[in-house]
Amino acid sequence: MNNTVDTLIPQVGVITDVRIDTPDIKTFRVVTPDGKKAFDHKPGQCAMLSIPGVGEAMFSITSSPTNTEYMEFSIKKCGCVTEWLHQAEVGQQITIRGPYGKPFPVDDAFAGQNMLFIAGGVGLAPLRSVINYCRHYRDRYGSIDIVYGSRSKDDLLDYQEIIDEWSKDAGVNVHLTIDREQEGWDGHVGFVPNYVKELGFDTNKTAVLCGPPIMIKFTLEGLIDLGFNKEQIYTTLELRMKCGVGKCGRCNVGAKYVCKDGPVFRCDELGELPDEY
Amino acid sequence: MRKIVLEKIDLLFEAISNTMSLYLPVDQNDGKAAYTKWEEGKKWSEALNTVKSPKDFFFPQTEDMMEFKVEGKNIEVIDTRKASEDFVVFGVRACDVKAFDILDKVFLVDPCDSYYATKREHGIIVAVACNKPSETCFCSAFGIDAADPKADVSAWKTENELYLQANTEKGEKLLKALENVTEEATEEKVTEQKEQIAKIMKKLPLADLDTSKFGGGKTDEFFNSPEWEELSESCLGCGTCTFVCPTCQCYDIKDFNTGNGVIRYRCWDSCMYSDFTRMAHGNNRNSQKERFRQRFMHKLVYYPENNEGIFGCVGCGRCVSRCPISMNIVKVMKNLGGKENE
Repeated sequence: MNNTVDTLIPQVGVITDVRIDTPDIKTFRVVTPDGKKAFDHKPGQCAMLSIPGVGEAMFSITSSPTNTEYMEFSIKKCGCVTEWLHQAEVGQQITIRGPYGKPFPVDDAFAGQNMLFIAGGVGLAPLRSVINYCRHYRDRYGSIDIVYGSRSKDDLLDYQEIIDEWSKDAGVNVHLTIDREQEGWDGHVGFVPNYVKELGFDTNKTAVLCGPPIMIKFTLEGLIDLGFNKEQIYTTLELRMKCGVGKCGRCNVGAKYVCKDGPVFRCDELGELPDEY
Repeated sequence: MRKIVLEKIDLLFEAISNTMSLYLPVDQNDGKAAYTKWEEGKKWSEALNTVKSPKDFFFPQTEDMMEFKVEGKNIEVIDTRKASEDFVVFGVRACDVKAFDILDKVFLVDPCDSYYATKREHGIIVAVACNKPSETCFCSAFGIDAADPKADVSAWKTENELYLQANTEKGEKLLKALENVTEEATEEKVTEQKEQIAKIMKKLPLADLDTSKFGGGKTDEFFNSPEWEELSESCLGCGTCTFVCPTCQCYDIKDFNTGNGVIRYRCWDSCMYSDFTRMAHGNNRNSQKERFRQRFMHKLVYYPENNEGIFGCVGCGRCVSRCPISMNIVKVMKNLGGKENE
């Protein structure tokens, strides 16, 4: 018997709540069998979830570390593991290990800054953790702007929380947009990168981006056009992973491993890496 | 330093085997050498090296990691790790010894991989100098001395004798236990042997392979080189190079449903395979060119960047002799390294 701890050996987690967010995204609440949070994490970090016999995959932890009771994962149905999870009911056990990766620098570079969060589709999942962290420690940050877009109103993740909580906070401005006109939607219509340019943000902000690669690319260009420096912009990447600790060899971009050197990268650092993500 | 006459080498193997498992290169039915557990009648191979590297001893091609019991909605995680027992790997070449250092820097850094670490802790390596390095050898390009391999025990095979020198505590313990079958020796013959090997090394066709163009921080210089296109054109993506390579460490984690539970195991994987990085939403290395480039950039640029300049290749030459289309790291280095390397 080997008594050492090995990060590859997971613990058991229980799904205690399943929230249907959109037609293809559900948010799962997970605790240990004795009802506790599986481990502490920082905003932007990830966890490996698995269903034995089906597979294991990396997901960003969408709940904020300030939530001490449970962890949440917003998961889009798009592959083996996620399809299985989408059929899971409350009470289902899974396995969980982590936390993995470098978090957003919420207590360092972000401290005292005006924050601009920009997300597309399920890209809001990793940002929700840091948004709620900043809301929790509201006095540590300046203004908070959130630009969030999706294909349609029905595809907006965390919609109820955005309407009921985020948009009611003092000093928090929420800017929602959907790709095409839709009945019952009187908000903005258009793609996120264009909306960001239309809103024309002042450059006295730290921007955090997450979404489909194409959205990130054009939004980044838009921010640069507005006068932002790459040093002011952060994003979070996702590549295929097996170990989560820089050993299985598949999530590297150049000499960096997304699992341990990322997933959070500052855009100037990212710019130094080869274009292979 | 100790020695034993080669005629009596079986006594040495027997003495080791009495207390622990001993593995050494043995010629197989196909005439090729493979590490095999010693038992009476097994002969130490004369071959320069084995087809597969000895990385299997610490990082097996497949390895069970844990089990799960699944009952209804409930899961039980069963830690199936076993304590390792001491074992000896005999006859390891200098290149393969260096490869263990390279793997150590991946598996033993925090968070330490316990599966690898336990086996590494219990493995005792007896390295043997290469009397007849081959024309596919280029270990010297990576600063490895085939005449003086440094492991727990270093050994030199002369015409009639095997000389043994302990370098570590583990090695000293092993030689102490073998005092009955070995005798005290002077270094004379070994020095002679080293000089002979050094002469051969200088004459090898790949002796002048220049590594100085490569290393950490050279991503921009090589990533977009037009040469990748032609170099990778014939690559079949078979992954043979990664499987015979003593330093390739990419792995996959998979589940096997036994019908009675689930075994989670680890197995070698290859960055040369098309599904290696494939995700539900796409693949960041879609072409064989990108996958081919990844393998060589990793060994020549990325690994050194993360490991104080140490290259991820030891010049064992296995990929040189095994690639079905005769493409290998030597050709890559010559093509990318500029005119000086041609």
